[in-house]
Amino acid sequence: MKRASWQEYQKDIADDKYYYARSCIRQNFFPGSERAFLNILANDLGKDIYDDPLHTSCTGIGYHSDVVPLETIMTVVARQFALMAEAGYENFISSCITSFGIYNEVLSTWEEFPETEERTRRYLKEATGRELVKPRSIAHTSDVMFTHRHSIARKAKRRLVNIHTGEPLRVVEHIGCHYAKIFPKSGIGGSEFPYVLAGMIESWGGQVVDYPERRHCCGFGFRNYLAQANRGYSIANSHKKLESMAPYKPDFIVANCPGCTMFLDKWQYAIAEMDGTIYGADGKGIPVLTYEEMAGLVLGYDPWELGMQFHQVDVEPLLDKLGVEYDPKAKYLGKDGKYIGEPKPVAVNCESERYIYEMKENLERW
Amino acid sequence: MVKRVVIVGGGAAGMQTALELKSRGIEPMIVERDIELGGKVRGWHKLFPSFTPAGDVLKPIAERIKAERIRCFLGQDVVGIASDGVTLRSGERILADAVVIATGFTLFDAHRKQEYGYGLYDNVITSVDLERMMNGGKVMLADGSEPRRIAILHCVGSRDEKVGQRHCSKVCCITGVKQAIELKQLFPTADVFNFYMDIRMFGPGYEELYREAQEKYNVHFVRGRISEAAETINKRIQIKAEDTLTGRPLRMTVDMLVLLVGMNANYENGDLAAKSGLSLAPNGYFMAQNSFLGTVCSECEGIFFAGAATAPKSLADTLAEASLTASKVDEFLRNKFPSWQ
Repeated sequence: MKRASWQEYQKDIADDKYYYARSCIRQNFFPGSERAFLNILANDLGKDIYDDPLHTSCTGIGYHSDVVPLETIMTVVARQFALMAEAGYENFISSCITSFGIYNEVLSTWEEFPETEERTRRYLKEATGRELVKPRSIAHTSDVMFTHRHSIARKAKRRLVNIHTGEPLRVVEHIGCHYAKIFPKSGIGGSEFPYVLAGMIESWGGQVVDYPERRHCCGFGFRNYLAQANRGYSIANSHKKLESMAPYKPDFIVANCPGCTMFLDKWQYAIAEMDGTIYGADGKGIPVLTYEEMAGLVLGYDPWELGMQFHQVDVEPLLDKLGVEYDPKAKYLGKDGKYIGEPKPVAVNCESERYIYEMKENLERW
Repeated sequence: MVKRVVIVGGGAAGMQTALELKSRGIEPMIVERDIELGGKVRGWHKLFPSFTPAGDVLKPIAERIKAERIRCFLGQDVVGIASDGVTLRSGERILADAVVIATGFTLFDAHRKQEYGYGLYDNVITSVDLERMMNGGKVMLADGSEPRRIAILHCVGSRDEKVGQRHCSKVCCITGVKQAIELKQLFPTADVFNFYMDIRMFGPGYEELYREAQEKYNVHFVRGRISEAAETINKRIQIKAEDTLTGRPLRMTVDMLVLLVGMNANYENGDLAAKSGLSLAPNGYFMAQNSFLGTVCSECEGIFFAGAATAPKSLADTLAEASLTASKVDEFLRNKFPSWQ
């Protein structure tokens, strides 16, 4: 790949002993991914990682929506760091891109304006009795996965290759805006061409798709979506990206941001409903994966253990290309083995033919 | 006794200063780090605003340097400057009665503006690349075809705080106009768009050329900086910008994007200045003793400047300044050595 500039943007990423901070969105929409991350780090790679039940939301979404004041979020962040120190850790890793941006922003603000750090220390002490200890290193969990990508490649059960053609899978990688667009130096590869996901894809045998709207935001943008009147703006951004990537016929999309993973997945359904456009091959959508799911498939995890049945766009066509053996009947079985029901077939899904036919018929009738 | 002056830099400024000194009975010596004289003008196609071939200006100067048997130290890096001479990287000292710094400038490295994709996308080139293409007699896309739509972006590495280059490089605007016209002459049916912040036409004939570009050649000028460039599936370049006159964002696809790279101070200036007691301006160029009466004099007696070592300059200004530098050196030597002829 021509892009060697990512090497100019490097940061210290700890090799071991991580304090894990979860993501509000991911716990709800991709709980399997967070579980997979913990399993991969602890069991496959033998790393010390602590999943602390005491930590809370960073309140980033509230902050970016102007309902959480700066002083409040700083104190919440200070509490997370205090918990990390109390647990005996120094390397703080965040599962959420929004949180990652928040942690960097707060640390940077404390550095630029020391009086805000002093004030936060006081608030933390008064509110919780805790002492602020700043982390030795801070990284996003995709940074950690990137750091261990070669170890994962050595343990791989399969590569990101189409078993039917022998060709590398074409992968669209999408980086959350708050990963490096706020602080370019905080991301591997900087803000223009982050390498964090591309590095994983290339190490595991895939081919990165470089398409014109690669750097464009997915459109989530907090208020773009949270304020209902702005949702058209949100979907317009995802639409722009999907239109731009479609000619490259990507096999799947991988993202490192909770919002991006969710919106690039679910807006495909909405766009199909709105104008009948479906971006993937064979009338199916383009599967959207988290990087933990991508790593999990490479390492041979069961797709339903990874939580891939949570996706709007079905992942079965991708699993078939990768040669993943899976039990279709187990897709909608709960942990106790009981059938939990399944969503109705819709456009962008595997059993969508009938639905699309009905949808087109309805459109014609209108 | 012959007075000797060592000139650091063998570009247009250094060579012209050497000739002017020689004509005044002073013995100049040129130290050039490249293995050839000529500096940045070497390899340039045509000069604004008259479209004079660069060789028509450079060649006579170089021939006179040879005819006058001016001593040149080529492929030599200067690591120390003092009023009595210079020190080469080899440790050798070249002694002289005065020193002229004519070290010029460094072209902005377009790779640093990653958002424009220079070095990544085949059809994103710099203004320097375009001059070399023109010199080679063939302007074309990477696949050998002719461009039908071309964007030229002004101020790449100039007036840009993000890359630490706040100053105006002065010559890019007129270069952009010149190159747009040359492209229209080569490809009359092509659309050429110049994206600019301001158009600064300060020199004689510049404004007229800017009007000619619009009226005669139908070059489009869009006031707005390009925010990013990306390659499309058929190797064209998609650009995004804001047309600040209409207040609308725009997105278009072009075949070729030309980046008008700015003039930056040499990285070595800081080291040289620190060792020799000279000062630098905030933009990294050498600071002249006085903005009005001492523009080619330094704060150190016996050390002078010529050309773009002190600020971005056009070739015409550089050559004119060389005469002034020679005059000031001459005046200095006469004052210092009253018995000298």
